[in-house]
Formats: sequence, C-alpha cells, structure tokens
Amino acid sequence: MVALSTFVQRELRLLARQKADWLNPVLFFVIVLSLFPLGVGPEPNLLRLMAPGIVWIAALLSVLLAAERLFKDDYRNGVVEQLVAARQPLLSFVLAKLFTNWLSTGLPLVLLSPLVALLLSINNAEFVAMLLTLLLGTPLLSLLSVMGAALTVSADKGGILLALLILPLYIPLLIFASSAMEAAAMGLPYHGQLAIMLAMLLFAMALIPLAVISALKLNVS
Amino acid sequence: MRPIFTVVDSQSLVSTPQPYPVPTDELLLHGAGLCCIRQDRVLFEQLDVRVHAGELVQIAGKNGAGKSSLLRILAALVAPDDGVLYYGQHPLTSVSSDYAANLCYIGHQSGIHEQLTALENLSFWRSASGIAQADDFALLARLGLAGLEDIPCRMLSAGQQRRVSLARLWFTRRQLWILDEPFTALDQTAISMLQQHFAKHLQQGGAIVLTTHQSLSMAFARQTTLELAYRW
Repeated sequence: MVALSTFVQRELRLLARQKADWLNPVLFFVIVLSLFPLGVGPEPNLLRLMAPGIVWIAALLSVLLAAERLFKDDYRNGVVEQLVAARQPLLSFVLAKLFTNWLSTGLPLVLLSPLVALLLSINNAEFVAMLLTLLLGTPLLSLLSVMGAALTVSADKGGILLALLILPLYIPLLIFASSAMEAAAMGLPYHGQLAIMLAMLLFAMALIPLAVISALKLNVS
Repeated sequence: MRPIFTVVDSQSLVSTPQPYPVPTDELLLHGAGLCCIRQDRVLFEQLDVRVHAGELVQIAGKNGAGKSSLLRILAALVAPDDGVLYYGQHPLTSVSSDYAANLCYIGHQSGIHEQLTALENLSFWRSASGIAQADDFALLARLGLAGLEDIPCRMLSAGQQRRVSLARLWFTRRQLWILDEPFTALDQTAISMLQQHFAKHLQQGGAIVLTTHQSLSMAFARQTTLELAYRW
C-alpha cells in the first residue's frame, strides 16, 4: 500500500490553501445555533428542551455543505482518473479524504460544543452526552458524506442529488444521537444509544471505503 | 535552507535499468476484436491492437474518431463493449493489478492540482507511484521550470503545467506508458526533449501508446501507426 502519509499531507496542504471549503460549514453551524435563541426566544427551558434536535440538525447540514466539493477538483483535473488507472494508491487516497474530511468538518464541531452548550443553556450532564454523541457521530457523518460525494462526483450540479441521497442515511444517527441527549437531560442512562452509534460507525468504517472506491471507478468509466 | 542554485547533473537522473516484466520483442498488450460504442455510435469494431515491448504505437484519427476512448480501454479504465485485452499471455481481467502496477497513464486532463505548486504536484505523483526519494528540484530544472517550483500551478501557462504533468515520466519505472495528447501546448524544445526521452524508454524495453495530431519529428526504432477512421 502506497504511504498514506503522502495523501494525508496533500489533503492537509489543500485544506490550508482552500480555507473557505471547510471554514464555511463550521461558520454555518455556529450561525444556525446562534440564530435559534434569537428566533424562538431566550427562554432557557425551551432551548434546553430543543437542544438535541437543533445541535444535530445543524451538524448534519453543515457536514452536508462541506461534502459537495470533496472530489470535484480532483475529478476535474484528472487525478481521480489517473489514480483509478494506477489502482493501488486508490485506497490510500480515499482513506486520506475520509480522515481529512472529518478533521476539517467533524472535529471543529466537537471543539465548538462548549460554545454550543453556552448558547443553548445546556447543563453538565447534557453537555457530556452531546460531546460523546458528536465524537461518535461526526466520523459517521463524514463517512456517509464522502460516499455521497463519490457517487455524485460526475453530476454537474450534484448538490441537491447528494442531499437526497445522503440525508435518509443520516436519519438513524439523528434519532439515536438526539435520543441519547434527551435521556441525559432526564438523568437516564444512554449507553444503549451510544453502543448503537458505535456499531453503526464500525460497520460504516469497514464497508464505506470500499463503496467509495467502487463509486469513483464507476464515475471514471 | 535550500540552495539557490542547483547544479543539474544529468547522470544522477538516469535511473539504473532494471529488467521489465515482459522482455523486449514480446507482445506486451494485445487487444483482440475491440469494439467501442458511444451514444449509439460505433466508434470502432473488430479492432486489433498489438503493443510489443520496445514499440511506440501512435493512434491517429480525426476528432471524435475514438482515440481517447481506445486509450481509456487500453488503460483498463473502461471495459470494451466487445473484445478481450491480453496482458502478456493472460486475459487482463485476471492480472489487472499486475497490469495497473506496470502502467503509467496520463490522460487528457493533466492530473495537476492548480492550488499546489509544481514541486508539490511532482512529489505527490512520485510518492503515489511508490518511489521514495528523488531530486525533484533537479528534474524540474531540467524540464525548464527552474525558479517556478514554488508557484501554485494555476499561475503557470498551459505548456508549463503539461511539463509538470509529464515530469513523472522521468522517474517512473513502469513499462507501458499510455499518453493522451502528450504534446498539447508544448513548445518545440519540450517536444523534442520528450521524444528523446521516449526513445530512451523504448530502448530499455518500454512501450508507449500515444495519440497526437502532430507527426512525430523523430524516427523511432520500432513505430506503428494505427489509423482510426471516423465513422457515422
């Protein structure tokens, strides 16, 4: 296997050069969350009640926003085609994309969660639950969005197609993540929800890289 | 600190010749009865392509005759609508990873990311083809890109970008090169330099399949032209 570090290094360089690609979704996440207290009123109990749904819907949409351009440049300039022809480096390429996608869109959401807790007046137990669900959930969001991006890479205006394709797959995650946060708010254990999220993540980690490779091959031919 | 001046030692760029998997004079790639259909139009059918080690195959034909489609079939990116490809003695589908490991395909698009510099693009492709160390600076200088190594490729001219893209031919150890319009946007100096490099690759037992609208100015030891007719 060709050194993964080569590909990761390249992706990190590109992230450093094209800051808008990953800063915009993160800003979008913050903006949506800061608009909610203004829109529904600053009533702390109401905000706390709605927090699980708000956090996770904002996270889903911001990851989706980052997904569309993921393979576009490399498809247009022929890198994908030449890597498919060379075959061997393709897995490293896909793994590097997955990792850097999470690093640039998932990890910022985890890091921003204290700010979110402040904006939505969430208490400590709920904050811990939110942190855990984000830690387990954002890699899964990245995996699914990379798969969607690979499937729609050759579609000219693939944005809405990508949303239609991927949003249904996000729904189980949305249900379990927000249910874990609600359980935490009521002081109930939420290990079950976390275990299911972990199971979904592991299942996706095993299969999605292969699906992405097939999707790229399909789009090149 | 990098040295400001690099002394280009042409000897250091010459890779030590290693025997290729398929020895010279043997059939390297054979496409038997190939057929390609695009939008209900038959581009070619019952086409036989033979590429021997040490041979340059030039695919000629009008725009839309199916040159690039043929190259993409030969590079195993697309399955032919009919016919079989053989690599050495075996059907390509059974030895596809061996084939891919021995193939250098540079398509119509250059494979150059515009946001990355010439040096970054070159060293990316070098490590992606599994070559750990090489003097990328000297290679770029040799290709007339001295002083442009650290500029994002979107600032370079089309010909300079093409040079960056083709630079990987100087370090690759792949036997079969499939090149789609390699001379596009290149000036005369670069074209003759590239042809001399082709000649050296052929001498070492390599094989090249390329499309071009220009006639090759150099005569190669073993050269075939495959003319694709435009069909309605």
